[in-house]
Amino acid sequence: MENLATLVDQARSAIAEASDAQALDQIRVQYLGKKGEVTQLLKGLGKLSPEERPKAGDEINKAKDALLQDLNARKADIETAQLQAKLAAETLDVTLPGRGQSVGGLHPVTKTIQRIEDFFGSIGFSVAEGPEIEDDYHNFEALNIPAHHPARAMHDTFYFNANTVLRTHTSPVQVRTMETDKPPIRIICPGRVYRCDSDQTHSPMFHQVEGLLVDKDISFADLKGILEQFLKAFFEDDVKVRFRPSYFPFTEPSIEVDIDRGDGKWLEVLGCGMVHPKVFEYSGIDPEEYTGFAFGMGVERLAMLRYGVNDLRLFFDNDLRFLSQLR
Amino acid sequence: MKFSEQWLREWVNPSITTDELESLLSLSGLEVDGVEKAAKDFSGVVVGEIISAEQHPNADKLQVCSVSDGTETFQVVCGAANARAGLKTGFAKVGAVLPGDFKIKKAKLRQVESFGMLCAEDELGISDDHGGIMELAADAPVGTDLREYLNLDDTIIEVDLTPNRSDCLSLAGLAREVGVLTQTPVNVPEVAAVPATASETFPVELINSDACPRYLGRVIKGINPTATTPLWMVEKLRRSGVRAIDPVVDVTNFVLMELGQPMHAFDLAKLSGGIKVRLAEQDEALQLLDGSEVKLNADTLVIADHDKAVAMAGIMGGEQTKVTDSTSDIFLECAFFEPISIAGRARSYGLHTDSSHRYERGVDFTLQARAMERATQLLLEIVGGEAGPVVEAVEESKLPVRNDVVLRAGRLNQMLAMDMPAEKVEDILTRLGLQLTKEGNDWRAAVPSYRFDISIEADLIEEVARVYGYDNLPVKSPTMALGIEAQPEAIKPIRMIRQSLAARGYQEAIAFSFIEPGLSKLFDPENTPIALANPISADLSVMRTTLIAGLAKAVQYNQNRQQGRIRLFETGQCFIQQGEAMVQDPMVAVIATGSREPEGWTGDSKPMDFFDLKGDLEALLDDSGILAEVRFEPAQHPALHPGQTAQILREDQVIGVIGALHPSVQKELGLKGSVYVFEIKQSALQTGNVAKFDSLSKYPEVRRDLAFILDENTPVAHLMAAMREKAGEWLKELRLFDVYQGKGVEEQRKSVALGLTWQHASRTLNDEEINSLVDQIVSVVQEQFGASLRS
Repeated sequence: MENLATLVDQARSAIAEASDAQALDQIRVQYLGKKGEVTQLLKGLGKLSPEERPKAGDEINKAKDALLQDLNARKADIETAQLQAKLAAETLDVTLPGRGQSVGGLHPVTKTIQRIEDFFGSIGFSVAEGPEIEDDYHNFEALNIPAHHPARAMHDTFYFNANTVLRTHTSPVQVRTMETDKPPIRIICPGRVYRCDSDQTHSPMFHQVEGLLVDKDISFADLKGILEQFLKAFFEDDVKVRFRPSYFPFTEPSIEVDIDRGDGKWLEVLGCGMVHPKVFEYSGIDPEEYTGFAFGMGVERLAMLRYGVNDLRLFFDNDLRFLSQLR
Repeated sequence: MKFSEQWLREWVNPSITTDELESLLSLSGLEVDGVEKAAKDFSGVVVGEIISAEQHPNADKLQVCSVSDGTETFQVVCGAANARAGLKTGFAKVGAVLPGDFKIKKAKLRQVESFGMLCAEDELGISDDHGGIMELAADAPVGTDLREYLNLDDTIIEVDLTPNRSDCLSLAGLAREVGVLTQTPVNVPEVAAVPATASETFPVELINSDACPRYLGRVIKGINPTATTPLWMVEKLRRSGVRAIDPVVDVTNFVLMELGQPMHAFDLAKLSGGIKVRLAEQDEALQLLDGSEVKLNADTLVIADHDKAVAMAGIMGGEQTKVTDSTSDIFLECAFFEPISIAGRARSYGLHTDSSHRYERGVDFTLQARAMERATQLLLEIVGGEAGPVVEAVEESKLPVRNDVVLRAGRLNQMLAMDMPAEKVEDILTRLGLQLTKEGNDWRAAVPSYRFDISIEADLIEEVARVYGYDNLPVKSPTMALGIEAQPEAIKPIRMIRQSLAARGYQEAIAFSFIEPGLSKLFDPENTPIALANPISADLSVMRTTLIAGLAKAVQYNQNRQQGRIRLFETGQCFIQQGEAMVQDPMVAVIATGSREPEGWTGDSKPMDFFDLKGDLEALLDDSGILAEVRFEPAQHPALHPGQTAQILREDQVIGVIGALHPSVQKELGLKGSVYVFEIKQSALQTGNVAKFDSLSKYPEVRRDLAFILDENTPVAHLMAAMREKAGEWLKELRLFDVYQGKGVEEQRKSVALGLTWQHASRTLNDEEINSLVDQIVSVVQEQFGASLRS
């Protein structure tokens, strides 16, 4: 049996030297296979006396288990080493930019409208839209601006014919909503509007968001509250807000709202007021039963203040260098 | 409207600073638009008198003057042509500092010493006038500081009045308002009636008394047409933004600014018979004071004599009958015109005057007599003459009626969300000139004639709120019943479509809705665009019928700025004339050009093609849940490539188009590279379906792949439709996985490979079933498309 110890030593050094799974398998076959050298020793047990057999068998089996363990351990080591090598070979320059990145974005006007929609949407206002080519009745008359009213001079109107205009504000959408819906009404109306005026601070097309709330017992205090909250939310700042009397034919009282963002300068940001009783009457709502307020704001103006844009005309040049800055 | 603060303070003088006055006006609804000094800063300038003026020995255009400051005489060299002995003018002595920190020193001009400077108005920042040195009145006190003499330490305030506040379009009106706001008494000057010293009158007849219910006229005989307007009036007019012209016109302008009553003076000698206030004859001719010839419309009120129209009523006088420096007798007019009869008329002739501005908004209809007396008084003082009696033609029943307005305390308190004390309401309204009668808790208010804007309760609520101060009113959040509004899930909000496009690398653009007619014709020759009657310019004169035109212009703009890869989209309305109707259809359009991917190190940025854009469109359709309902058909479009254009159909309705821009269109716009576009109706993209569950089969799928060789012009979609029809109800998927032309396939034919996947809901499909389906498919394809099965 001195043979066993030699065999085990030989096998162990072979295992230690093996460098891949194939070599290990050969070693396994050579020693532990059906005709392997250690297996042969087991087969030779029959030649021993019955007294010697159990002890010798036990020793051979122990040696076999030990070799198996060594083989498996060595196999695991080799696999780990191989994996390490593979991983090392697969290393990338992870600082290279990714493939095919291509980002679009929304126009700052759309972004601003969506923010406004979200603020008012969160308190139950829904979005209403209407035609941009509008009739004189909805754009003017039903808003208490009869023909020849001096307020028409405040709106430089684009005409198609005597009765058809490009809407000068989104207020006609209010009228259309009040004609069909019953109070309570809570809507905001974003969209394109048109004025026949073009210079550094006027664009012949721009965007407005109009809002309308009609219900029982709506007061001037509600109007002040909502707009103050809105402006603070929009600018994410505790802006100072000032309410100044003004005049719009479709509201009474009429108000212009100024903000001061901390530099002591008042900037006009929106117009609003309590819905004029005649506007209610035109649309078939009883002004004794219901009251309400309306407000309107210029989207580009708000976007300019919010994002620090200094030229109105940039909004419609569609210059990618401008648009990609503000997406 | 501009006014002098000093002038205002002659009428009402609250103890507040100029800044406080400015803020007070703005916060009460009279928005201050600008505040400027009556003159720029200067010092050391006095009233000087030119004692003598001699030709400069060494310069043709210069004179050597000797100028007195009342105590001493100085030699001053002056280049102004109007420098002459006896003239009193602004004299900047050595040591004076003119605007711009310009110091006056002793100087030598062409070897002649000069001790000071004679000043033109622009050099002192009083006006832009540089027509010569100032010509001060003959009685100007020599030696007096010029600032003091001209009262230049004054502020000019400009208020931007809203159309409802015509009552403030005069100094008297502003003073009344400031008196109310500051609780300060207003000094209304007495205007005594000027007794007639002549008996001459000129008859007045109101033909159209609806438009002109009151007309006052007065003859003033024997005026001195060469008199000059006194300095105080010139300065008050100047600070009101009105240039002095001649004394008669200046007086009428002064009364307009002071009281708000437009007036006009005619040369009596040029009028024949008498005044008739009537509507114009259609195309009746009139030459206006500004020299223009107009053909009048029949809706325009005119002042006429017995022969002809002599003025456009309430807007502008006529050239032929104006007062000149040879006029000796004048006829003074002071009328009330109904606002509606004047409104819009001036604008229809391209005119806008101080007079039309006031009449359109409303002039106090009780003011005429007072204004007439005031003007007469001033004229007699300045140009002399003998005044005749005032002739008044009036139709009392046609004058405006001021109905009482009831203000309910309950309504006021509800609207303002506070209990407004009754004393406060009464104080505010009374000071505004309303006469109140208490009715229980409510008030009945009699409205003054100068307030054209108070006729209903809301007007009174506004007045109370305004004077009380909007910023002093309470603030709260509205409270209302919570209710959930159903949102149809099948309708996809437009913002999700925009977001999908942005996420796929498209940047949103916003183009004008009006475009140049040529561009419209280039992109959509079949539709005549809707044209604006009054476009702002020719290149923005018709409404777009397609969004693609604007996007193509945006590509051009960006390519001109070295942008190579451009991907833009826009959502918005297109406008198409269909018979009588102007159809306004919201569309979504996309334009793309340049490489498939942005330039990068991986080197796979090939130019994009049709299928890149179509892939994005299909993703958008899939996102909306309607891809399966949509098909594409080869089509022709005037702006698109004839071989790379498809109509987009949803259930046989055309909902859009996709294609490459036609090379000739690209050439016209100078666009580089191939440009791809699609445009689709928003409504089609937005109306999808609510998802519906179909139970998952636990039985195996069966897949068979088929490859056909067929004519290269056969649309694969048609082949697939035919296959789908024969593939039976268990077909799960039909997928195209290869299209090949080239080696191994005959010329003008292509190989198309497709995978069919079947699955049954409740059992395993057997080979015979599938084989039979495949056989049917193959034979249909062979028959219908002349295809052969590829082995």
